[in-house]
Amino acid sequence: MTTARPLDGRGNEPLLEVDDLRTYFDTPRGVVKAVDGVSLRVDRGKTLGIVGESGSGKTVLSRSIMNLLPKNNTIREGSVRFEGRELTTMKNKEMRTIWGAEMAMILQDPMTSLNPVTKIGDQITESLGIHLGEKGKVAKAHAVDLLKSVGIPAAERRLGEYPHQLSGGMRQRVTIAIALACGPKLLVADEPTTALDVTVQRQILDLLETQQHERNMGLIIITHDLGVVAGRADEIAVMYAGRIVERAPTRELFARTRMPYTEGLLKSIPRLHQPSHTRLAAIPGRPPDLVDPGPGCPFAPRCNYAQDKCLTETPVLAPHAAGHEAACHFPVGTTAGQDALARNLAAGRTAAGTPLDSSTAIATAGAA
Amino acid sequence: MYVLRRLPSLLATLFAVSLLTFLMTSLLPGDPALQILGAENATPEAIAAVRADLGLDDPLPVRYLHWIGDALTGDFGRSYRTNEPVSEAIIDRLPVTAEIGILAIIIALLVAIPVGMLSAYRAGTRTDKLISSTSFGLLAVPNFMVAIFLILIFAVWLGVLPATGWVNFTDNPVQNLRSALLPALSLAIAEMAVYTRLLRTDMIGTLQQDFVTMARVKGVSNRRILFRHALRPSSFSLMTVAGVQVGAIIGGSVVIETLFALPGVGRLLLEAVLVRDLLMVQGVALVIAVSYVVVNFTVDILYSYLDPRISHGRSAARV
Ligand SMILES: Nc1ncnc2c1ncn2[C@@H]1O[C@H](COP(=O)(O)OP(=O)(O)OP(=O)(O)O)[C@@H](O)[C@H]1O
Ligand SMILES: [Mg+2]
Repeated sequence: MTTARPLDGRGNEPLLEVDDLRTYFDTPRGVVKAVDGVSLRVDRGKTLGIVGESGSGKTVLSRSIMNLLPKNNTIREGSVRFEGRELTTMKNKEMRTIWGAEMAMILQDPMTSLNPVTKIGDQITESLGIHLGEKGKVAKAHAVDLLKSVGIPAAERRLGEYPHQLSGGMRQRVTIAIALACGPKLLVADEPTTALDVTVQRQILDLLETQQHERNMGLIIITHDLGVVAGRADEIAVMYAGRIVERAPTRELFARTRMPYTEGLLKSIPRLHQPSHTRLAAIPGRPPDLVDPGPGCPFAPRCNYAQDKCLTETPVLAPHAAGHEAACHFPVGTTAGQDALARNLAAGRTAAGTPLDSSTAIATAGAA
Repeated sequence: MYVLRRLPSLLATLFAVSLLTFLMTSLLPGDPALQILGAENATPEAIAAVRADLGLDDPLPVRYLHWIGDALTGDFGRSYRTNEPVSEAIIDRLPVTAEIGILAIIIALLVAIPVGMLSAYRAGTRTDKLISSTSFGLLAVPNFMVAIFLILIFAVWLGVLPATGWVNFTDNPVQNLRSALLPALSLAIAEMAVYTRLLRTDMIGTLQQDFVTMARVKGVSNRRILFRHALRPSSFSLMTVAGVQVGAIIGGSVVIETLFALPGVGRLLLEAVLVRDLLMVQGVALVIAVSYVVVNFTVDILYSYLDPRISHGRSAARV
């Protein structure tokens, strides 16, 4: 663990420690570098937000951490330690004692993450039976408690219903109840609210937050919407093309953004106080090909600050302040960054050849 | 109830089926009167008399109403050839065909479910490829070839099962099963291959679903995921096609019953067609068609049991 910094409780063993994790897929097109050297750390009771555009590797990262990816065609390096136990070398048999019991997960689409032909009650009591040995009435009573705790009215009746009889928000509450059933120490939520409408989004996020505090659970919220994690995460890691390009405690990240990509993400939130579900398409251009990224900064073709150096040298995460790291040669809000932007503005284009008109540049300068 | 809601459409289908059966059998070439009289006695007068006697000169709608009215009371008329009541002939023969048909489906499912699941679970591996090419191979072999091979192996070489003949269940259950096994197996082979392919495809899709990932991440064992979580949602097309394939099994039983010399409905139909035994053909065809419709209706009901979304209606109130 060289790059990620603890948020507090120095010296304590972290709950989750990911070190230089790489996850590549061997495809006919070539090797897809979906996760390319990610390090991060989550402590008990803390929330880590992972933010990035579609295709930046968030889902692959979360499944790689959870040891859920199929073994064939997948190349995985680096380490994932959960309470000091190395997960990357663990067999499925061993993982099954951790899955559900200590690590749990919620997926993006509550419409598809519940079994359509199984009663909700049975889907909840299943893991109670596996990990806690609860059966029959005991398990049922526990399931009712769980449903109540995630705010589902008429919980007893719901046990006998099928997923299609519930709304999307209610289904996501059920998946949360399932995830929390055996009291996991870490919950990974992969875009838990993307498929839901705005008011329901907020309710689900609030629910996750209260449950996390009550249980002193580590929480990873993955999202493409910086607004989702803005007021909730203790730390935010911004992901681009399979790497973490900026990481900072939430307030620090918003106050002193260093990476031009993060700046772009920030601009795509209309108002910080409004619940936002704006897609991150606001940054012009498309994410790079993960098969053969080539040299230089992967964000350079879309970056207003891009200089010649950005096209040849890949920046690595470098510290800016306590717990704040960014991978950028010309960080936003530094003199180097200001000069780079000014040079590009004068030339009317960036070093990558992207035209730069002054209206974008002014907006950018304003945000910085 | 779902069953009651589906009842009107069942009745409509049965009506259409009876009409079609009647029309198609009535339009078979060849004059039944000629067959009854034989070539030497077939004077034009005699033919006319027989035709009038059988009501063959009435307009088609009248003939249909007569026939279906009687059929509803269980009277399908008498065989032109043997004078045996058609209904009795059918009741005698139906259990044979039903037994080998059901046995064939059970054998096919018993093999196809585990094999299809294994194939999907190991998709892309050598096991999967072996299973896939074997099923394609089996699909390509016609059932009478399968039957001949089976007779060769089990009756001629090993001598463990009879090559032909039938023993009634009530006479000797063990011998009955032995006489049903090879015919059922001959019918089952192709079904097995179809079912395996279907289940494999659907199962691969199901195993990629989020709810399977959710089950894994709950700590559920692979075996339990396959049987408890993935099998039921993967079996919808299998069920449907198994129902539809009953048609293929009935069709196949014509060949297989003839080959194994079994006193079944398939052979009865074949013989009746060959001698233009019109009422027999109509009666057997109607019984077959009705069984087929009823089987598929039952599948439909089972389907709603397998998939709760159907019986509750997809637009059921969402709370
Ligand atoms: N099994 C796989 N084989 C090959 N490539 C894959 C595989 N799974 C994911 N990828 C690729 O990895 C990249 C990252 O995908 P991932 O699903 O992690 O993105 P994401 O950040 O979760 O995006 P989204 O916001 O759309 O969910 C994509 O380019 C995807 O095509
Ligand atoms: Mg994703």
